[in-house]
Amino acid sequence: MIMQITPILVALKRHKAGTILIALQIALTLAIVCNALFIIRQRVEHAMRPTGIDESSIIRIKNEWAKKQTPEQLRALADTDLAVLRQIPGVIDVYATNSFPLSGNGMPMGLTYTADQPNPTTTASAYFADAHTLNTLGLKLIAGRNFRLDEIGQLGPQEMLAPPVVIVTEDLAKAMYPDGSALGKTVYMSPRPSTIVGIVERLQGPWVDNSSAQWSERSALVPFKLDAAPYYLIRVRRDQVHAVASIALQKLYDVNAMRVIDGKDGVRTFEEVRKDAYQKDHGMAVAMTLICASLLAITAAGIVGLTSFWVGQRRKHIGVRRALGATRRDILAYFLTENGLITLAGVVLGSILAISINSWMMGAFEMRRLPLGYVLLGVVALLLLGQLAAFIPALRATRVSPVEATRP
Amino acid sequence: MKSDPVEMFGYYLQLGVRSLRRMPVVTLLMILAIGFGVAASMTSYAVFRAVSGNPIPWKSSQLYAPQIDNWDPRTLGPGAEPPDLMDYQDAMALMDARTAARQTATYPVSFSVIPNGVISKPFNISGYATYADFFPMFDVPFQYGGGWGETDDRGRAATIVISSKLNQTMFGGANSIGRDIVLNDHAFRIVGVLQNWNPKPRFYDAANTNGFGSEGPDFFIPFTRAMDLHLETKGANACNGQGGVGWDGWLRSQCVWISFWVQLPDAAVLQRYRSFLEGYSAQQQRAGRFNWPPNIRLRNLVQWLDFEKVVPPETKVSLLVSFAFLVVCLVNTVGLLLAKFMRRAGEVGLRRALGASRRDIYTQFLAEAGIIGVAGGIVGLLLTVLGMASLGQVFQPDIAHLAQMNIGLVVLTLLVAIVATVIAAFYPTWRAARVQPAWQLKSN
Repeated sequence: MIMQITPILVALKRHKAGTILIALQIALTLAIVCNALFIIRQRVEHAMRPTGIDESSIIRIKNEWAKKQTPEQLRALADTDLAVLRQIPGVIDVYATNSFPLSGNGMPMGLTYTADQPNPTTTASAYFADAHTLNTLGLKLIAGRNFRLDEIGQLGPQEMLAPPVVIVTEDLAKAMYPDGSALGKTVYMSPRPSTIVGIVERLQGPWVDNSSAQWSERSALVPFKLDAAPYYLIRVRRDQVHAVASIALQKLYDVNAMRVIDGKDGVRTFEEVRKDAYQKDHGMAVAMTLICASLLAITAAGIVGLTSFWVGQRRKHIGVRRALGATRRDILAYFLTENGLITLAGVVLGSILAISINSWMMGAFEMRRLPLGYVLLGVVALLLLGQLAAFIPALRATRVSPVEATRP
Repeated sequence: MKSDPVEMFGYYLQLGVRSLRRMPVVTLLMILAIGFGVAASMTSYAVFRAVSGNPIPWKSSQLYAPQIDNWDPRTLGPGAEPPDLMDYQDAMALMDARTAARQTATYPVSFSVIPNGVISKPFNISGYATYADFFPMFDVPFQYGGGWGETDDRGRAATIVISSKLNQTMFGGANSIGRDIVLNDHAFRIVGVLQNWNPKPRFYDAANTNGFGSEGPDFFIPFTRAMDLHLETKGANACNGQGGVGWDGWLRSQCVWISFWVQLPDAAVLQRYRSFLEGYSAQQQRAGRFNWPPNIRLRNLVQWLDFEKVVPPETKVSLLVSFAFLVVCLVNTVGLLLAKFMRRAGEVGLRRALGASRRDIYTQFLAEAGIIGVAGGIVGLLLTVLGMASLGQVFQPDIAHLAQMNIGLVVLTLLVAIVATVIAAFYPTWRAARVQPAWQLKSN
């Protein structure tokens, strides 16, 4: 093998343009594929994050009242609705709230240790909750207790949110009290203190974009019913999700028709909510996968094409070598080594290119640093692809008969 | 012997077709590569063009969105941008000052419409509370009537401008000027019916929407009237710390929820407005309301759309990646064409020996490349149609909906394919034309 490298290099010198073109194509392909794969992984990872709630058994309904109501009327209407929903067969539990994970809107709150601390220690998403919330969402309480019925307050629009007690996520608890002593301690999200009475394992915030990434796992349940809570969350037996989703709307309109529930997306299973929330990520992953696949296919086809041309051009040369005693294996090895050398040059250039593109994208598109593993994976993939692509024409080269040497 | 150049070109096309048919696999490979590359870049380009357009190009250089930092910049970190919305106090101060040629404060509101018929369900309509200047400032086109006047702003009048769609639903598309419409138990008198107006992106509310919704706003009402009705915003309401308690407390709070736009016709007015904002901020600092030096911004519409990141980064990344893909496809084509042309060195030598000039060789091979370009363009066109049809799988529905196949895109796709292929063919052709006649004849 090693003996062949010198003659190969000499031969390549005579096909400088073709060699450079293939190496360049491999370099560009490597650079694009590495970065695209990394984008795919980031997007998939982002879209796979668990919310911490029992997703496959939850339905959400977005309800608005058509007429202006007094606070008392609103409370009565919400209570009636919740009772109606609770009676639907298959429903396990229900509550009304301002927001829920992946909903895209909610209340970010700054949390402090004291009432007069100027800068918040962290931001957290506040979710309105009652005693049914833990059960409806299927949250895992890892310390402390649920809200008691007598702790649930009522809050009108533009009233001050000052919860005496809160249930926080483990991530938020650790952000405020890194030594793990959060339970029973106080935090401030208003001028009044809030005591942490419970800690849940996980509850994701309503937003999925990068700007809230730092505190996306930091959520607080506040024990209030909102006068006009826009969302009903319903936990249903897993096999009943679609059955309940299809009749809930009619049940609500039957009890009171003066409401607006959008015909298209008023009732949504949580699986649909997740799909909507991560649509961009899903789309990016699909687009990048398609481009990677076409790119690799075209590069492979290009290698097949050019190698075929070289084999065709060197039939006489191959014939002479065969006549002088070279085995078929020698001929095969010759073309595969030639391809290996070109691909090697391509992947070296491509690795540099991949890293430069990534460092530019880090500045321009908030991309993370490309792990070297991706470059390595790309290098191995392209070396294999090159060998596979060259194998077909190289095999044809081995069938060149020694008689070719005698032809003009 | 001189021959007719048109006739010769036709002959070269024939030669090209014949040559391409001699190597069908390589030919097909080049056509597919060009097709895929062109289709990928044209599809992403169509999306990019759709989302990065200027919604009001004839006026955008005069339209500015002022920002005032009413939050403590120290809590926001160094170099922090002021909020992209305004609180009530600052918005009203800017409205009262009337320093710009035109100015308007705007926020999104919604109503429920209760139909008269018993059968149909109530439905929501959404629109904006704004000032009289909104309509002339953004050149809003009317089907009937027009916007309201400043007297209605001052008089806190219950007037309304409705969309042609709402006019169709409520009044069957008739001229409804002067009629009343009841929304959430409040009566409004119709003064104008819009033509189909829905600029994309919805620049005047970029802080709240991604800006590409297919449905335009249903109505506009005076801001002052919305205040009297205590209509809460349906958009963002961001508070740094505690919001106020009750309606009045909310108006007094530093919660931001109002979009503000001004029209500044020339550089002198722009400069004056900038110093007005500085002065206002400094005055608030002296009054003790702001404990920090003025931190203001004044961006024009294009800068504003950029600041609000209206073009999703996904669109830009897709565009870049697909152009890079096209480049790889072209490099691939250069390689294959080189192989193809050099294989015919003998033919070139013979033609050269028989008197063909280099120019003839150039014409012949570039014509051949042109054929590949046309074929690649047609494949690319089909794939672009396919790509546009499946955009909904990749981008959000409203953005996917925005990008449409049109004549311009068809022409561009074919053009890019042909030009790109011919450019790719230059080097291989140059190599082929360099073949020495005598040398080739000898070796064969």
